[in-house]
Amino acid sequence: MLKSISSPMPSPIELSTRLPSRQALRQVGLQTIQQRVAFALVTPATLLILILLIGPILIVVGLSFTDWQFGNPAMNFIGMDNYAQLTQDEVFRTSFLNTCVYSLVEVPLSILLGLLAAILIEMGGSLKKFYRAAYFLPVMSCTVAMAITWQFMLHPGIGLAAIVLPFFGLEGFELLQGQNTALFTLCGIGIWQNLGFNMVLFMAGLAGIPGELYEAAELDGAANGWDRFRLVTWPLLSPVTLFVTVITAIRSFQVFDTVHVLTGGGPNNATEVLIYTMYTEAFVFFRTGYAAAITVVFLACVFLFTFIKLYFLEKQVHYK
Amino acid sequence: MKKKLTPQKALVRHLILMGGAIFMLAPFLWMLSASMRSPEEIFHGGFSLFPQRWYALENYTKAFTAQPLIRYMLNGSLVVVVIFILQALIATPCAYALAKLKFKGKKMLFGMVLTGLLIPPQAVAIPVFLMLWKMKVINTYAALVMPWTISVLGIFLMRQFFLTISDEIIDAARIDGMSEIGIVCRLMVPTAVPALTAFAIISVVSHWNDYFWPLIVLTDQNLYTPPLGVSFFANEEVGNDYGSLMAAASIIIAPLVVGFLAAQDKFINGIAMQAGVKG
Repeated sequence: MLKSISSPMPSPIELSTRLPSRQALRQVGLQTIQQRVAFALVTPATLLILILLIGPILIVVGLSFTDWQFGNPAMNFIGMDNYAQLTQDEVFRTSFLNTCVYSLVEVPLSILLGLLAAILIEMGGSLKKFYRAAYFLPVMSCTVAMAITWQFMLHPGIGLAAIVLPFFGLEGFELLQGQNTALFTLCGIGIWQNLGFNMVLFMAGLAGIPGELYEAAELDGAANGWDRFRLVTWPLLSPVTLFVTVITAIRSFQVFDTVHVLTGGGPNNATEVLIYTMYTEAFVFFRTGYAAAITVVFLACVFLFTFIKLYFLEKQVHYK
Repeated sequence: MKKKLTPQKALVRHLILMGGAIFMLAPFLWMLSASMRSPEEIFHGGFSLFPQRWYALENYTKAFTAQPLIRYMLNGSLVVVVIFILQALIATPCAYALAKLKFKGKKMLFGMVLTGLLIPPQAVAIPVFLMLWKMKVINTYAALVMPWTISVLGIFLMRQFFLTISDEIIDAARIDGMSEIGIVCRLMVPTAVPALTAFAIISVVSHWNDYFWPLIVLTDQNLYTPPLGVSFFANEEVGNDYGSLMAAASIIIAPLVVGFLAAQDKFINGIAMQAGVKG
């Protein structure tokens, strides 16, 4: 491509007079070439981002102001009616509340257990790789297959539950069928699956803490492990904890697979959660406009979590 | 913190971690153990790691014959491979341009990538479904692949990687007369293999395990991916035949589990990178 602007060798005199402009020409040529190449390289990705991500978000917001139902030729603008209806809708209110409960249980527990596992594994000693693999395995495994396995294990007649539950005086109890236990059982499966994910992130965070800090803390009188954790590990890990919290919260709001496979939102809406409600409204009842409004609520929650994180990150920067 | 542990501390560490590991691995052991037991033994209840009578052959045969499990596995493989190839082909050049070239609108494009990272796939499900329906491709492989052809995560990941390559190498290649396309194909892609591996792991793991999207766009059982297949098997076919159901479940988790055990560090780094980008 460079050949097009290089002419036959000029004479020395010509060269000395023409050199600056020629170099500039070369520079401009390179820049336009780079510009053209860059456009060629980014165009497919840019178009797809617009078609598959940013456009659809705008469409969802637009649809949420309509009464459109999939397959229906009529589409009317109804303003905020869908949102007004959401506030009155018993199922949606339960769904939103359940999602919050699910999140409030799953997020802290999977973070605390993930942190505990990371610290214990990294504190030295043997079997490090085995433990890491064991705790991480559920992250890799297909949620649907594992949910079915959990359902079998929780079977009060022939599952592991048949052996364990009698110790708690709960013989024959179906955890996934109980009005008060179903949601928490799903939380348990969620914690089981996500704990290893958080653990790996904490392990990366722990690896970044310089060992001298622990020695310094010890010299300053931080005698026991708890003091060292409180004075060194926890504060230095706080950026990691912040982003693990946000990412776990977002993931918990996306819970769907276990609900669809195990409870179908039941019993009596006890496990109805946001994405499940969105799915049934959009793809079972085909109330597209209404489902779009639920999607917007979901999206608002996800963005809220991100803004909370940015707010705290900003604060941290100011502290420094 | 990395000091040698006292024997008491080491013991407490193992007790806690081993207890946790048993809890984490219990479903896998339960699954494997049940897949080798006969229906009578399963309904008798109780737990033993190994069966009294080996029934593995029967259960695994039934898992493959009571449903087109091989077909589901092939569907799943085809979909994840095509998705990743398209993602890499589209994301890598864009990432290179964002990292190494000057062009108008670069900041805006990067802003779009960052915005894209915030968008959960469920949020665009309705419009993307409608788009595919308009294109009349619902219930085809295209419907499983097309929505995932763009990976903003992949763009971000590859861009971060390309930023670490020094400009001098690229300038040297330019002076040697290598074209920009040549630089991407012959210089960048070969050095980017570790980053592409991480990208591949993230992509394959999430799409092999994905349930939400195939559930929405598929009704044709011939196109089912493994998660849909096993969920269908659990609901309709077996009823109470847990042995073959567990056999089917262990078969569909096997490829990733085996891959993970073979390349633990690569998998863990890949998944951690995914979180790092989104966090």
